[in-house]
Amino acid sequence: MLYAILCYNDEAAVGAWSKDYDDKVMADLMAVQKPLVEAGKMGPVARLLPTTAATTVRKGAGEPVVLDGPFAETKEQFLGFYVLDAENLDEAIAVVRDLAEANPGMGSYEIRPVGTFFPGAVKT
Amino acid sequence: MTHDDDDDHWIGLALSGARPRAVAALYRYFRDLDLAEEAFQDACLRALTSWRKNGPPRDPAAWLILVGRNAGIDGTRRRARFTPLPDEDKISDTEDAETSLAEQLDDSHYRDDILRLLFVCAHPELPATQQIALALRIVSGLTVRQIARAFLVSEAAMEQRITRAKARIAQSGAEFDAPDAVERAQRLGVVMAMVYLVFNEGYSTASENIEGRNTFAHEAIRLGRLLLGLFPAEPELMGLAALLLLQQSREPARFTADGTIILMDDQDRTLWDRDMIAEGLALLDKAIRHRRPGPFQIQAAIAALHARAARPEDTDWVEIEALYRALEHMQPSPVVTLNRAVAVSKVEGPQAALDLVEPLAPALGNYFYFHGVRGGLLMDLGRDAEARAAFDIAISRATTAAEAVHIRAKLDKLRAAAPS
Repeated sequence: MLYAILCYNDEAAVGAWSKDYDDKVMADLMAVQKPLVEAGKMGPVARLLPTTAATTVRKGAGEPVVLDGPFAETKEQFLGFYVLDAENLDEAIAVVRDLAEANPGMGSYEIRPVGTFFPGAVKT
Repeated sequence: MTHDDDDDHWIGLALSGARPRAVAALYRYFRDLDLAEEAFQDACLRALTSWRKNGPPRDPAAWLILVGRNAGIDGTRRRARFTPLPDEDKISDTEDAETSLAEQLDDSHYRDDILRLLFVCAHPELPATQQIALALRIVSGLTVRQIARAFLVSEAAMEQRITRAKARIAQSGAEFDAPDAVERAQRLGVVMAMVYLVFNEGYSTASENIEGRNTFAHEAIRLGRLLLGLFPAEPELMGLAALLLLQQSREPARFTADGTIILMDDQDRTLWDRDMIAEGLALLDKAIRHRRPGPFQIQAAIAALHARAARPEDTDWVEIEALYRALEHMQPSPVVTLNRAVAVSKVEGPQAALDLVEPLAPALGNYFYFHGVRGGLLMDLGRDAEARAAFDIAISRATTAAEAVHIRAKLDKLRAAAPS
């Protein structure tokens, strides 16, 4: 079974980390991941950039609306994600529009740039 | 690290993260910076006991505001009537109250509170250094000692500077009514300029002062992100945050081990911080979609073109020259023209650039960088004697040792080229 593990934390507190502390945390996390990658059990790992870098596309009745900032509603649930290699935000938004059109119903897409990325070792 | 240490470290970070929101709200309640800070300190002390025991609350800022407000009111009463503090357990039992408070304090309140707090720090009658010191003390929560070290002054001098600034603000007062849209936009403009001042204080500080440099830059970036969280759709703010991140991304490559400044052309670009560049470019992308350009966005776009060039020769100087031209149009200044001249020298050659630089002499005659650029252009044109004279003036105008060292290296090059 593949599991997606989603990480939540207080962004203001994490943003207050010093560079040294941040590096240490990342090294500690790498130590946990490394044997899992070697065993072929760990898939892609992404550390997302701050929510201030996010853009949200909301699909309503008409044309999808592009909004600055992260997805902030609490009525919807997190159902899935894509990792896209796009030239810039405009290209990412264009892809999201296509996805939104192919997907029936409403819903929102938060486009969040990825900072650190490891492709991982899971093969399906 | 033991679990207790870990907990305390986490509590410290949560307090630091919640500080701007909490102090800003407490300032609205008490209408006095000292009272707001004291109340926040009290709340932090109580948080240490309560959070250790009960775990951190769901919304640390709301908890701190509520407890701080009670503590502040108690403190005011205590001073008046010497009534004892209520005991910890009563105050820590705030779960229900916290929930209702969090509902009252919606985001728009936070936004105007934080904006007000930053805006009073950016009081027009305060000199830049006092504005910066005050913002670092009150909003970022740095200790007087940390700020003194960043500015390379004594703690006593910094204490005095901050006290004086606070007195000035208490005297002229602040506007506590919710601002209208125009007033809000004006405040944001003033505050953005101050955040850039904080950053620049670090960027231009002496190369030896690594700690200070990073303190200013780190806090300016934090303030930028904080504002962006409150005003998510403001393109100039995205531009400002992008500019700070893109400039700071070069920090690891800007100095040699002995503190000599390394110009961008000579920097090891593999040392540039990729995460900061990624964040800066992402913010700039967001800003550009609004089609409302401004000076911060243009400067960020220039920094982005440097960040995107893997080697100096890959730099898109034609585009940079066009951007400086746009900036010159929007915000005319001899320094911007001087920067455009550097871009012109790469696109059209040194003579065209020198033609642009020469008329700036009356305005920039005391400016180190002007003479450095002029000397460099004269050198490229083979006018060595004039170049030497310009470099000599540059050295006499240098404000840091690293600047002087950099020019001396140019003089050595001239001497080596023409041994006479």
